Amino acid sequence: MAVVSTPATLERSVPVMDNAEVLRIRNDFPVLNQMVNGKQLVYLDSGATSQNPLSVIEAEQEFYEQRNAAVHRGAHHLAVEATEAFEDARQTVADLIGADYSETVWTSNATEGLNLISYALSNAALWAAQGRGDSALKGLALKPGDEIVVTEMEHHANLIPWQELAFRTGATLRYLPIDDAGRLNLEQAAGIIGSRTRVLAFTHASNVLGTINPVRELVALARASNALVVLDACQSAPHMPLDVKELDVDFAVFSGHKMLAPTGIGVLYGRQELLDILPPFLTGGSMITTVTMERAEYLPAPQRFEAGTQRISQAVALAAAANYLTETGLDRIHRWEMDLGQRMVAGLEALPGIRVLGPAAGEERIGLAAFDVDGVHAHDVGQFLDSMGIAVRVGHHCAQPLHRRLGLTATTRASAYLYNTTDDVDQFLDAVAGVRAYFRA
Amino acid sequence: MSLDQLYQQIILDHSKARHGSGLAETPAPQGAATGQSHQLNPVCGDEVTLRLAVADGKVTQVSWDGAGCSISMASASVFSDLAEGMTVAEVHGVIDSFREVLRSRGKIPADPELLGDAAAFEGVARYAARVKCAMISWVAAEDALNQAS
Repeated sequence: MAVVSTPATLERSVPVMDNAEVLRIRNDFPVLNQMVNGKQLVYLDSGATSQNPLSVIEAEQEFYEQRNAAVHRGAHHLAVEATEAFEDARQTVADLIGADYSETVWTSNATEGLNLISYALSNAALWAAQGRGDSALKGLALKPGDEIVVTEMEHHANLIPWQELAFRTGATLRYLPIDDAGRLNLEQAAGIIGSRTRVLAFTHASNVLGTINPVRELVALARASNALVVLDACQSAPHMPLDVKELDVDFAVFSGHKMLAPTGIGVLYGRQELLDILPPFLTGGSMITTVTMERAEYLPAPQRFEAGTQRISQAVALAAAANYLTETGLDRIHRWEMDLGQRMVAGLEALPGIRVLGPAAGEERIGLAAFDVDGVHAHDVGQFLDSMGIAVRVGHHCAQPLHRRLGLTATTRASAYLYNTTDDVDQFLDAVAGVRAYFRA
Repeated sequence: MSLDQLYQQIILDHSKARHGSGLAETPAPQGAATGQSHQLNPVCGDEVTLRLAVADGKVTQVSWDGAGCSISMASASVFSDLAEGMTVAEVHGVIDSFREVLRSRGKIPADPELLGDAAAFEGVARYAARVKCAMISWVAAEDALNQAS
């Protein structure tokens, strides 16, 4: 059956999500259907980890029941089936983000992806110094005087690998500052990203502030300086349509467990010409061509970066999650979550003694809100909400430098996903309204 | 278990009263041996710096500064009230008892005779994520006590 439609028609005809649809979606998530402390669970911690729909759980189970085997080796039936499932999953996830198949590398999670880039780059310096590998590696090798640029809002995962890369190569780490509303200042950024900049690494959407960063403008600054661009897509890939080619970044990373998939699987996108020449990070089985007593030659990407037996069932499950998101429509999910985010922030701003981090109500932000409650520590806020069955995250959300910049040590964060209703947000707001009285703040 | 069993009245009171807080402004007593310890919980950022003064085998002063949740602040306050006037051995005894109760996951009840107001923290033992909050100042105290005696 051939279905012909133009994207423009589709865009207009796609209905926006509503609570009725969300409640149907929720039926696909068994874990959400439970009582916590005598109340129906309200799960608002998807920014930390998301829940799995039945189709994802079943995909993993089906893999183990029907086709479990090591991939890329063995001539038997199951090995062929497993390899097909594994590589089909890669294509599905590549399609989700507009990448090519061979540019899509499996990792354990985004943290491993960022460490992979960081170590591949310092290995590039070692290789280039000894004349090993492609001559273009010289251009990727960092040295003293070079600069790596990140932002003040980064998650530790997109910060510490760059601190350590700077340490290993003698390069300098610099920061793009944020304003008090949690946004990058592009004029200041233009003064920092310059001829010394070799790597620009930043988050697409902040896991604390909710800010969506201006990727296009930042990429333009990096291109003018011939710097590599690394995008942390952990809080964007699960929640909005993403096209890495259109964004024109060199690398992008995200984690499966934040997008309806199990833990233990993540994705690194890298531009083909970079992946083809960069030295590997982890070495061992499955990523080589010829091995002698003295040395080894490596396969091209993606296998070049996939040493050892892979997370096969998790990759298959991540593809099922990608399908679930695509079938629901990431543009629709994005719109719904943006509305939930606005509802959270507007509601929180209306409460006395609450300070919301990041852009104010009415301004663009993703579907999460981190906030400080005057006179009540975040741990107490989280405990209070938990007693009402409401799950939120408390602490520094792996962003200590950002919290220090904002004069805080810990905050409370509510983060929504496609399975949250406006009622969830309202219950959360009602609960927060009672926090200060309980703790006599 | 209800929230009120965790946040008992005594705990909420002490989290506001903070007996013994104000280390920076409080000079150590003359002639006493002192020990001081800083403890940080990297998970939540709770922080306590606690100083103990010991003279003639007794704790004569507990003074601390800290920032953190109500459980951590209240437990520092309760400890200050409890420890002042006790012998070094008695303080070690209450710290050991407090730790045993908190690590018991609710299986070992607190002895109010021995622990006084600190027995109110019994409920914290049921919340694994909060045990460190209650313990942080007591860990600092143990370290400080070892330095001072």
